Parts: sequence; C-alpha cells; structure tokens
Amino acid sequence: MRSDVTQFALTAPPSLAAVLATLANDPGQHTLLAGGTELMVALGVGRLTQKSLLSIHHLRELRFIGLDDDAIHIGSGTTFTDIRRSKAIAADLPLMAQSASWTGSVANQNRGTLGGNICNASPAADTPPALLAYGATLTLVSASGTRTIPYSDFHLGYKKTALRPDELLHTITVPRHFAGYRHYIRKVGTRNAQAISKIALAALAKLDGDVIADIRLGAASLADRPVRCSAAEAALTGQSLSPQNLDATIRAARAALASEAKPIDDIRSTAKYRAAVAGNLLEDFLRSLMSE
Amino acid sequence: MTTINLTINGNRQTLDVPPMKRLLDVLREDLHLTGTKEGCGEGECGACAVLLDGDLVNSCLVPALQTNGSRICTIEGVSTEGRLHPIQQCFLERGGAQCGICTPGMILATHHLLDKYLNPTMEQIQEGLAGNLCRCTGYMRIFESVQEAAKLTTIQT
Repeated sequence: MRSDVTQFALTAPPSLAAVLATLANDPGQHTLLAGGTELMVALGVGRLTQKSLLSIHHLRELRFIGLDDDAIHIGSGTTFTDIRRSKAIAADLPLMAQSASWTGSVANQNRGTLGGNICNASPAADTPPALLAYGATLTLVSASGTRTIPYSDFHLGYKKTALRPDELLHTITVPRHFAGYRHYIRKVGTRNAQAISKIALAALAKLDGDVIADIRLGAASLADRPVRCSAAEAALTGQSLSPQNLDATIRAARAALASEAKPIDDIRSTAKYRAAVAGNLLEDFLRSLMSE
Repeated sequence: MTTINLTINGNRQTLDVPPMKRLLDVLREDLHLTGTKEGCGEGECGACAVLLDGDLVNSCLVPALQTNGSRICTIEGVSTEGRLHPIQQCFLERGGAQCGICTPGMILATHHLLDKYLNPTMEQIQEGLAGNLCRCTGYMRIFESVQEAAKLTTIQT
C-alpha cells in the first residue's frame, strides 16, 4: 500500500548549521533525506515510518572530494557518480571506485550518496566492505561539536549505528597509502547488474615475498552489519603463500573466517551458502596473489 | 503544501504540492505529462526515468521539494515540434519498442548515455541501460537502436 504523501513533512534547511540546530532542538524527531534512493522506496511501499524529514541533498558543503598527502576526504553528500568520476579515487582507491560502479543503476548512482549508503546501514550495502578494508574514519558533526571514529566502530548491530540522534555524518576519510597492496573485490548476486549482494568481499594484501605482511578484509552480508574479518586477518598475517604452504594457509584462513561469520537466511540467500561462498572468495583472493 | 518552481521541457511552472509527493506523480497528476510511466515504484525498472538538471534519475524516488528550481526533461520534451528525436526514430526503425511502457525511460537513458559517450561501446550501452527493464524485446533490438542513434552525429535536445 502506498503512503499518503500529505502525512509527511519535508523541509530543506538553508545550511548545514540550520540542519544541525534542528536536530539538536528535537533529537530523534527528524530523519535526514539525501538522494532518496532508500527512503523514497520505503515511502512508495508504505513502509516509511519517519514523519518529519529534512532534505540535505542541496547542501553543497557535504558534496566534495578533497585530497591531501595521506587521505582522500569524501563528503557524505557525494554521489556514486561523483565517486566514479574522481581520478584520484580510481587511482588510489580502486575498491571504492568498483563498489560505487555496482551500487544500483546509473539513475540511482546519480542520486544516491556515500553517506546515505553508510547511514542506511544495510548489511548488504556495496561500499562498506571497501571502506572497512581501507580503514576509513568517519567525521560526525552536531551542533555541540565534531568527533572522528573508525568506520569499523560505526555499525553496532542490524541497522544500528553509533550516530547520535543529533548528529550527521559529514566526511568519510580514506587513507591512500595502499600503493604496494594487491586489491580484490567481488560481489555475488543473482545477476551482474543491480543485484543486492548475497555476499561481497573486499580485500587488500601486502606481500613480502611469499609471506603476507598485511591483509585487510571487509565483507557484506556475512553478519547483521558490514564487518571487518579480523579473525581471518589474524590467521593470515605472517603466513606463507609459497606452493608448499598455500593449501594449509588457505585451510586455516577459511576456518578462521567461518568462525567469525554470522550470516543469516533471508529472501536472497541462505546462511550456509553465504558462509561457503565467503570462504570461496577469500580462497580466490589468496590464490590470485600467487598467480602472477 | 509547498510551492515549487520548475522548468519542465523548457516551460516554467509554479506548483503547490505536498513536499514528499513523488516527482513521478507531480508529472502525471499535476502536469498531465503521462508519457513518464510507473513500473516498479522502487527505482529498479527505470520506466519513470527523466532528466533532472541533465542527470538521469528515477522520478519515483525524487520528492517534489528536491526539484525546486530545477530543469526537467521528460519524454514529451524529447521530440520537437512534432518531429521525432533521432533516438526515437532509431528505436522506431530498429524495433526497439514493443508494448511501449519502458520506452520513455529507455529513450531518456539513451539520451543521458549519448551525452556522456559520443560512441559508446556495447558494454557502456549495457551499463547505461542496466537500470531500464524491458519484458518484450529481449534487449538486443534496444541495444541496436542505441548503436544506430550513436552513429547519427548530431544529437539535438
């Protein structure tokens, strides 16, 4: 059943400061609406529960891609199209560019924002695995100040985040020192175009000869929230991928990943399938490291 | 209700609408521009695609308030003075349209694609139209229509 649109209030405060003042005055009473690619779907099917919305799509101050020597700073209002157009992101953060390119269709990439993808907090969202692998940090702002937290601390449970009701996600900061790393990202869905992930894995690894010096793994749909796979990372760090050791290293890594995976059964897939395919993706990545 | 100013297909309009009303419904109900279709209503099928300040968007996912001050091009604005746009002509000649429900969105997605790439590859065509679902043609005739349209060097709006 479609919602009665006359029952919803939507305003567009003139500035970020005005948005933050409104959030501070009645915390929890307003929901931020950026590109609308999630909330308008909920409206269309009669599932939008929030009655008062604040549009932030027009706020230019949230739409930027800034560079410094250490990191790329992405405003939360930056669209997936903006991300795909950025030469710096394509060069330094290929996993980000790739995940933006498979976030919905061109029309949805023109509207959907990185901040929305993060704050909507779907466990199946496309950009979180890459952001987790890169070790992104988030800058959260409110009328009372600014704080920065590791992105890995943001998702607290299914659709639960560390964002306070008076806060807004302002900037996503992604370190850009991955020149010596091998990149891998793979999304498994029902089809190539526009599918929601059954499982996805983003991975970065730095090798010292045959030995894994550093490895970073981020996954979607492996738990009730986007997760960094720290048990598998620990099992792999310092391990050898030489021909004699490769199979044993892979077995240990798959076991560690299985121990931390908490996938669910839902309409898109089963927990069993997700756990098995996550292990396959990790193995695919590890074997690819030795194939060149 | 909120007052919004829009330029639709080159004509300025001032409307009083609920701010969360979907652009799709503003076009069809308030402006009687029924060329824009509703398919899924959740941004998957592209039947409601229009150009908003030159960008392809699904009008079922855009609240009216966010269109204030913008330029919108719908399928009604693609042809000029009763003459089909070259993209429309190519869809007609190549069998790119059957039942017609997806066609307005396909035409606008093609318009957006050819604004970005003068000579799109088949991969770029497929990606550019991946958000537009057709249940009749099997897509090959649509892709051929787009390739034919790309060959016509001048794309006028």
